[in-house]
Amino acid sequence: MCVVCGCSNTGTSKPDSSPEVHPTTGDLHFGAGAARVSVPGLTQQRTIKIEEDVLGANNAIATQNRAHFVAHGVRALNLVSSPGSGKTTLLCATIHALKQHEPDIDVAVIEGDQQTSFDADRIRATGAPAIQVNTGKGCHLDAPMVAQAFAQLATYEHAHEHAHEHSHDDHHHHHHDHGHDHNHSHSPQSLLFIENVGNLVCPALWDLGEEAKVAILSVTEGEDKPLKYPDMFAAAQLMILNKIDLLPHLSFDVARCKDYARRVNPGITILELSATTGEGMQAWLDWLLNEPAHHHHAQDARQSRIAQLEAELAQLKAEQA
Amino acid sequence: MHELSLAGGILKVLEQTRARDPFQRVTHLRLEAGALCGVEVSSLRFALQAVAAGTCLEGALIDIDEPAGSAWCLPCGQSVAILSRLDPCPLCGGHQLQPTGGTELRVVDMQVE
Repeated sequence: MCVVCGCSNTGTSKPDSSPEVHPTTGDLHFGAGAARVSVPGLTQQRTIKIEEDVLGANNAIATQNRAHFVAHGVRALNLVSSPGSGKTTLLCATIHALKQHEPDIDVAVIEGDQQTSFDADRIRATGAPAIQVNTGKGCHLDAPMVAQAFAQLATYEHAHEHAHEHSHDDHHHHHHDHGHDHNHSHSPQSLLFIENVGNLVCPALWDLGEEAKVAILSVTEGEDKPLKYPDMFAAAQLMILNKIDLLPHLSFDVARCKDYARRVNPGITILELSATTGEGMQAWLDWLLNEPAHHHHAQDARQSRIAQLEAELAQLKAEQA
Repeated sequence: MHELSLAGGILKVLEQTRARDPFQRVTHLRLEAGALCGVEVSSLRFALQAVAAGTCLEGALIDIDEPAGSAWCLPCGQSVAILSRLDPCPLCGGHQLQPTGGTELRVVDMQVE
């Protein structure tokens, strides 16, 4: 289509900047060359409109992952924190607690680190299947890595079952139903923990297809971390304050930390927990199994919408007055 | 550091466009990195220069627009301008803000020859 009159007939294009002649009317169209824009002093270079999200390729795969997880009854959570916040210890404690209280729930873990399989080994020691993803030079996990790891997990899980001659329930055998029959039950059949690379900056940007990001902050770190790394705490739905058993020895101000987190993310849920003593574990398990994550989103959206409509109403009233 | 991955992603977008619509080289690339998108513009520029060598992007002029941040303030019930996710609402001083603009990171367009 030409940009001058919107007609679809631009005739034969010429490489130089001479005007295009309309074949039936003889009208002259400047800017009908390859760039389709006539700018004095510019040669006819082409301009290509792209308007593409830089993270679009990742996000497309994240969307596939999300549909895949939902179809499998998997609640996937992306655990993010700085190195040393106690993510892996928390996961091991969580797996033990789930085994005791909710033996019907399957738990699997994808471990992201730059190097080594130390963390996956610790998870496997609890009996839960784990896949280690070494990002090499990468500072974060991305959606394609998680897609591959999830596929590996399915393969590994079956091998694991054979090796241990476990008898398993039907839901353990994955129904590879790619029609994606969406299962909206709030209690998941299985939990997938994706432990991201310890880094409070980069993983904030990459959607992996998770249901929620969980930011873990240990009280041995500064209480001002939510302000120092606002993108991450803004992206998280839940913040876990870990290692609270150490609070008596520290000058960590819990109230201030919570206030900082709510400044960057007014809707964030906050739990205090010690993976070592088990304090606060029950609330975390409840969140894992019952928290209807989408409900929160829906509620936030509803609240925003109500506020928006109220604002419009106030404006209309003001105009009438 | 993630700016390097993003630069790789941008290059991929350009190469995909080139496969659909062949051209020799990019002379001018225009990007948009919003104030709240989590990207350091100078690092992104540096990373783009690093990955451009030997590709269709080598020697291209790169413009990065930085759209300002905006957010919806729940108590005020209106859209306000913010510079970062840490800013309070300029009207009420509260932090009940939901970012609505300036979160985009996009390849806008490019001139090619």
